[in-house]
Amino acid sequence: MNPRYVPLAATIAIFVAAYALCILQYPNMLSTRVIGNLLTDNAFLGIAAVGMTFVILSGGIDLSIGAVIAFTGVFIAVVLENTGLHPLVVFVLVLGIATLFGALMGAIIHHLEMPPFIVTLAGMFLARGMAFVLSIDSVPVKHPFYATMKAFYYRLPGGGRITLIGGLMLLVFAAGILIAHRTRFGANVYALGGGVQTARLMGVPVARTTIAIYAFSGLLAGLSGIVFSLYTSAGYSLAAVGVELDAIAAVVIGGTLLTGGSGFVGGTLIGILIMGLIQTYITFDGSLSSWWTKILIGLLLFGFILMQKGFLYLSKGGRRLA
Amino acid sequence: MPGNILGSEDIILSATGIDKVFPGAKALNKVNFQLGRGEVHALLGENGAGKSTLVKCITGAYRRDGGRLVLDGVDIDPRDTFEAQRLGIGTVYQEVNLLPNLTVAENLFLGRQPRRFGLVDARAMNRRAETLLAGYDLDIDVKAELSSCSVAVQQVVAIARAVDLSGKVLILDEPTASLDAHEVEMLFAVVRRLKTQGLGIVFITHFLEQVYAICDRITVLRNGQLVGTREAAALPRRELIAMMLGRELGDEIKTVAKAETEEGPVRYRFSGYGRRGHIAPFDLEVRKGEVVGIAGLLGSGRTETAEILFGAEKADSGSAEIEGKPVELTSPRAAIRHRLGFCPEDRKVDGIVGDLSVRENIALALQARRGWARPIPRAEQERLADQYIKALDIRTTDREKPIRLLSGGNQQKAILARWLATNPEFLILDEPTRGIDVGAHAEIIRLIENLCEQGMSLIVISSELDELVAYSHRVIVLRDRTHVSELVGEAVTTAHIVEAIAAGEKQGASR
Amino acid sequence: MNALKPHLIRLAPQFAVLVAVVLLISLAFPDFLKLQIQNGRVYGSLVDVLNRGAPVALLAIGMTIVIATRGIDLSVGAVMAICGAVAAASITSGHSLVYTLALALAVGLLCGLWNGILVAVLDIQPIIATLVLMVAGRGIAQLITEGAILTFNDPGLIFIGSGSFLGLPMPVVIWLVFGIAVTLLVRRTALGMLIEALGINRRASTLSGVSTGVLLVAAYVLSGLCAAIAGIIAAADIKGADANNAGLWLELDAILAVVVGGNSLLGGRFSIAAALLGALIIQSINTGILLSGFPPEFNLIIKAAIIVLILVIQSPRIRDLAALFGRSESAEATVKQEAK
Repeated sequence: MNPRYVPLAATIAIFVAAYALCILQYPNMLSTRVIGNLLTDNAFLGIAAVGMTFVILSGGIDLSIGAVIAFTGVFIAVVLENTGLHPLVVFVLVLGIATLFGALMGAIIHHLEMPPFIVTLAGMFLARGMAFVLSIDSVPVKHPFYATMKAFYYRLPGGGRITLIGGLMLLVFAAGILIAHRTRFGANVYALGGGVQTARLMGVPVARTTIAIYAFSGLLAGLSGIVFSLYTSAGYSLAAVGVELDAIAAVVIGGTLLTGGSGFVGGTLIGILIMGLIQTYITFDGSLSSWWTKILIGLLLFGFILMQKGFLYLSKGGRRLA
Repeated sequence: MPGNILGSEDIILSATGIDKVFPGAKALNKVNFQLGRGEVHALLGENGAGKSTLVKCITGAYRRDGGRLVLDGVDIDPRDTFEAQRLGIGTVYQEVNLLPNLTVAENLFLGRQPRRFGLVDARAMNRRAETLLAGYDLDIDVKAELSSCSVAVQQVVAIARAVDLSGKVLILDEPTASLDAHEVEMLFAVVRRLKTQGLGIVFITHFLEQVYAICDRITVLRNGQLVGTREAAALPRRELIAMMLGRELGDEIKTVAKAETEEGPVRYRFSGYGRRGHIAPFDLEVRKGEVVGIAGLLGSGRTETAEILFGAEKADSGSAEIEGKPVELTSPRAAIRHRLGFCPEDRKVDGIVGDLSVRENIALALQARRGWARPIPRAEQERLADQYIKALDIRTTDREKPIRLLSGGNQQKAILARWLATNPEFLILDEPTRGIDVGAHAEIIRLIENLCEQGMSLIVISSELDELVAYSHRVIVLRDRTHVSELVGEAVTTAHIVEAIAAGEKQGASR
Repeated sequence: MNALKPHLIRLAPQFAVLVAVVLLISLAFPDFLKLQIQNGRVYGSLVDVLNRGAPVALLAIGMTIVIATRGIDLSVGAVMAICGAVAAASITSGHSLVYTLALALAVGLLCGLWNGILVAVLDIQPIIATLVLMVAGRGIAQLITEGAILTFNDPGLIFIGSGSFLGLPMPVVIWLVFGIAVTLLVRRTALGMLIEALGINRRASTLSGVSTGVLLVAAYVLSGLCAAIAGIIAAADIKGADANNAGLWLELDAILAVVVGGNSLLGGRFSIAAALLGALIIQSINTGILLSGFPPEFNLIIKAAIIVLILVIQSPRIRDLAALFGRSESAEATVKQEAK
């Protein structure tokens, strides 16, 4: 098998095996209801993780997405409370802000030649700070349009529901896959992850691509914030703390190389589902505590990092022999 | 001008009077270079001769400081490699400048993928990639990642991309460095094919047999100056090597025989020492107060020999003895414990610790040997630094100045001081005079001779043959990562070294 | 005195900023500078700054060393939570204070060793290697506390969080003593120079005989130890181990303190004292905002502004510009010297 598919295959195998084990123990878990909930509950994380996949594929990292999600939620709630704007208008507005915010971080990363980690850390502080400036308390969203959107779902055979946000996540993944593998921009993202210097020599517009990557990540973090706002019907500045870590974990467990250049957006979906599955299992079990989720995710993360290191080592050894 | 036999209509690229100045050094001095249509033209010279600077001036990676560039009868002044590429000059580098994590087809068409309805048409792209590569007799899976291909295939892909993008001039910078004989043949087939299509091809390599196998003309640079352009067929190998290494044949200065040390006891003995893929097993003996020179062209295994002796790369065969006792030199630390020292070739990467002061750089190796718990007192460090700044005439305003602010020659002397401070008995110097000014050359040579008189054993690697001949008691000649010949006493002459390298090259051609 | 001069110059900017921040706050709130002595103990906002800043100051000590090696340790917040949980669990299950402290510190060392081995032996990028423990660490801590806030009332352990020594709160004494100890350890031995050499050019250091692998592991082990002490203090302070919130995001504050201290994220030259001043600057701003009645979260915006400012100062592009001036200056100097 082509080595680039091995991590993806491992991810899928882990998911199938884990799901099979779950079903053996709790046959109830094999239902469209569980699957529907899995999608709905992880929708905001999944959408943000698509953006994170692009960032990581390009060899960067974005620590700001949790804070951007919180900011988006608070922004929507506060604006809806204080103005008569329609939610859709507010959505467009907040997506614009989030995209600009990401683009700004990308520009700083490229032009000041500073590590993405520290730039997006500043972004994280700024976004959360701005959320606090807007409101310190949790602001409920009572707009009737929210109820309309929540009532909107597709019923699966067996009683499961693909909710609007669950469906939106699938759509975002589909778009992400298309962009990553079927556009020049996508190829450029992989090229940056393969080596910025070489990519530049080969004619990749490095500045434009870097800025676009972080802008895209900002856009999706904003979209994720909208989804989160729909999911919780509130905006709270302390919400979504640590989502960036979960997103990074999902991307890596989905088989993307943390050093960039190799991986699949589709893998991230499986990564999200694995993480969701662990949570669902713990809920079904009832006696296990939720902290096992973090430990298991940490272990999976470690396993995948080791596996990637192993591949790198092998491929280097192979090249030296050749 | 010798070799300038082509009519102007046959010249595709002409560079005249190219100058390039770097801070503190003139990298190119009025260099002329003419490339014909359908010609394979070798550009030769040792490290630092100015080959890559010239290529970079032609491809726009550097802006030249003077001279004219004419491509196809039109004056050009490329601001960057893309402009050069658009104009028709493509380049393929040794470390394949493609992206290993993309597929072959993506590498070929990055930035210009065929699109349908705004999306990349992968099928069309792969089909076009196959067609393109078929023109190079390459039948591979274009959907495979580039890293899964052999280096030779990667090279051909890189060439295909460059030719497809540019199509007038192709510059091949050390493309064969990591290829085996069969792969070299495959690459040459491609080059010959392109030649018949009328491309001008510049070929940079350090394998002389390959130069003779494929090139029509040869241009040699040395120290940023043009040495000459000659017809390959009319240039004997010995003469070529002499041109590269800067010795006119028969012009010998070495008369001082230093044979007396031949009598002394062997202090260091390495038997069957080697490491697969780096250097073939060799035997080496070094006596007290002896300078052993190592000669060979670039890539012949000179640096690899030094690294293995010092434990920077672990030997996987053979044994080492110091004064009859077996020792393990498996790491630099172990080597330093046995009083070895090593001044590496690439000062900036392997030598200096840029942000540390001259004083700290000088004290570093001694401190490492003493261990962290026994710091060298500040006063002692200052004394050491001052002593060596004076003894080696290191030009710095202040011993507390970060070493990166010093000139190359002074950095080199500071690294030497670092090792001298450890009181070594065996010092390995890899290209100690590379990239430093002429005055510092003489000082370092004098220093080598002094150290040797004080009873130190030295191994000196250098491509400056007349220098090597001046201070070496014995010279070992390397070729193809193998120690091929050893010259002793009276036999240590530049002519003999050149001959030994050339003789090797002749045999090498048949591999 | 002369030997001290370069150190003073190095610390001057951080010191000036700290003084400016303190003055600014005291202009608005004159009480800020007021110190009172009650029951042989000093009280006041300034002491508060020192006390509240203890965890970040401790983390900054280890982080300074790790960053000097060109690394980063993202796991310190999670390690704090683990060690706090270990201490609480040990003391509530009846072990002695000494045993409890030794156990918690040992766990911190072990966490550091894990990170160090991933970085030095397996050669995994520090940011990735320490991410594993950052993600899993809080889960481990919760495993120990079994999800609840594990409270304790051992007077000895509580003393570490809220007791006082020579009139100063214990946490202040601990970070001051530890900071001085580590500074002496690296500056009175050759460790400091060897770490700087490793951070600037690992390969050249190895070739000069420096045991770069051992040093790298040691740096992460030290960072783990710092996190353990900080974790014990944080737990002792609230008389309980909160696996969810102990040390949350403190790794970022610690990194910020190191950077505010003028230490480059690209490794090399470092100053622990400057990083500690950085930690105090951050804490003073925190306290100042708290005093001014703004919600404490406004801090975040100020922190973001500080990072951006430092980014601009440290950016290689700007440094290149500065170096250009520096080079012409040194070239002149060489010319002058040759003229002599």
